[in-house]
Amino acid sequence: MSVAAAPARLVDHFQHGLAAPICLTWELTYACNLACVHCLSSSGRRDPRELTTAQCKAVIDELERMQVFYVNIGGGEPTVRPDFWEIVDYAVAHHVGVKFSTNGVRITRDVAARLAGSDYIDVQISLDGATAEINDAVRGTGSYATAVRAMEHLADAGFAGFKLSVVVTRHNAGQLDAFKALADRYGAQLRLTRLRPSGRGADVWDELHPTAAQQRELYDWLVAHGEQVLTGDSFFHLSAYGQALPGLNLCGAGRVVCLIDPVGDVYACPFAIHDSFLAGNVREPGGFERVWRSSELFTELRAPQSGGACASCAHFDSCRGGCMAAKFFTGLPLDGPDPECVQGYGADALLARDDAGVPKPSGDHSHSRAAAGKPPRHGEPGRGGPGPVPVVIGRAPVSAAPVSACQQDPLAGFAPAATVGR
Amino acid sequence: MTEPTAAARAVPGFALDAPWQLHPQVSVRPEPFGALVYHFGTRRLSFLKDPALLRLVQALPEHPRARDAATAVGITEADLPRYQRALATLAATFMIVERTTMTAETTTTAERNAP
Repeated sequence: MSVAAAPARLVDHFQHGLAAPICLTWELTYACNLACVHCLSSSGRRDPRELTTAQCKAVIDELERMQVFYVNIGGGEPTVRPDFWEIVDYAVAHHVGVKFSTNGVRITRDVAARLAGSDYIDVQISLDGATAEINDAVRGTGSYATAVRAMEHLADAGFAGFKLSVVVTRHNAGQLDAFKALADRYGAQLRLTRLRPSGRGADVWDELHPTAAQQRELYDWLVAHGEQVLTGDSFFHLSAYGQALPGLNLCGAGRVVCLIDPVGDVYACPFAIHDSFLAGNVREPGGFERVWRSSELFTELRAPQSGGACASCAHFDSCRGGCMAAKFFTGLPLDGPDPECVQGYGADALLARDDAGVPKPSGDHSHSRAAAGKPPRHGEPGRGGPGPVPVVIGRAPVSAAPVSACQQDPLAGFAPAATVGR
Repeated sequence: MTEPTAAARAVPGFALDAPWQLHPQVSVRPEPFGALVYHFGTRRLSFLKDPALLRLVQALPEHPRARDAATAVGITEADLPRYQRALATLAATFMIVERTTMTAETTTTAERNAP
């Protein structure tokens, strides 16, 4: 909702960046008990250089000073950090609300009761199939049962309105009504987000991303359900079908959103863990605030951008060229169509691309036998896998400034309300 | 966000002669265009697209009537109706609430939200 007396469009302000992010994703650890095939951060093993408890608290101090209202905490599985609750409590005590994503592994009855007691903590349970069969094929054996048990605990504790978060894939796109029913059963709100070819998602994107026909059905379903269903603005590329979906409909990367990763690296968006989108590190002088306000990369992202190859398309104003990360990790130019462009230009571009030019994610924390093997125990430093991935503090410039794209998770938890005009 | 919807334009009346304040769970962050307003209870985000509206919202607790707060921040009689509509929307989403008693908690919130 915007309450306004002046005519300027908010998106025009947002394109130039804000004093602080609206929505900040903070991945606390790369450690995870699961090994989802599409993990956008290639998580599995803990990175030994991850921020200490004290460093995490220092980040929260900065967020409080910058008046970041809340952070989206994720991972990895953030609750496997032994200091997870200490960090959450510290954030809440410092007026930084927390919404955290979890596969539910640590949401016991006791934890659920405690969560239900706080207005400043929101929980998002990840589930990628409305049935165990569909879900477990992507997230691992037993993960459906774990998530459902967590939802039961939250519902029993009286936690109303937690989120059930689903990445839409080719296999679950036909289950939207079933997901809605599942969310309703537990008093949760359904949240659907887009599959990105980021992290391990790059390896499975070709097989898992929704077909063109499924995209159309998804769009119609989203239009029919309006603001009852959250999307984190992630499907704004579908707006080219006609009516815009609720949300900001712009790429928030480095403008209204960003990502802090477990070692403190700051990326333009949660789906862009790659040196090309690395703006700095919270441990450097000036901390997060300097990275947000004056890093070279974010300054570049906030500069006026042309629509490139998409500029002449009749639908450019609605889709804005789609998602920057989706283009980048499928090897498409950033100033061209989204790989899932509803006009079909992306599919053409994919056929024409040079596969050798498809970038690889910069960090891989996958379990050494990801998906196939037994994952390490919680919090246990990576066993047997390749060593930690070196951090690159500098960064390569983004060759072509992204047109607009990545509306990843920005307004994730917000229920976008109507604008109130003059 | 989207352009104003018909429903949002047809805002209900707003008691300009009553005392108002920010909801205690609401935080305000000034931005070049105005401000972001976030309600921790409803988890709703709003945008104040006008610096004068921000000043008005911040002045509410210091005045016995919203009308007086508007005058104090220099809003003219002619401009008052559109600010009234904006306040009505903020009230409808519990961003601002009628002030009954000024508690210690709300005082603290107001101070924290000062720019």
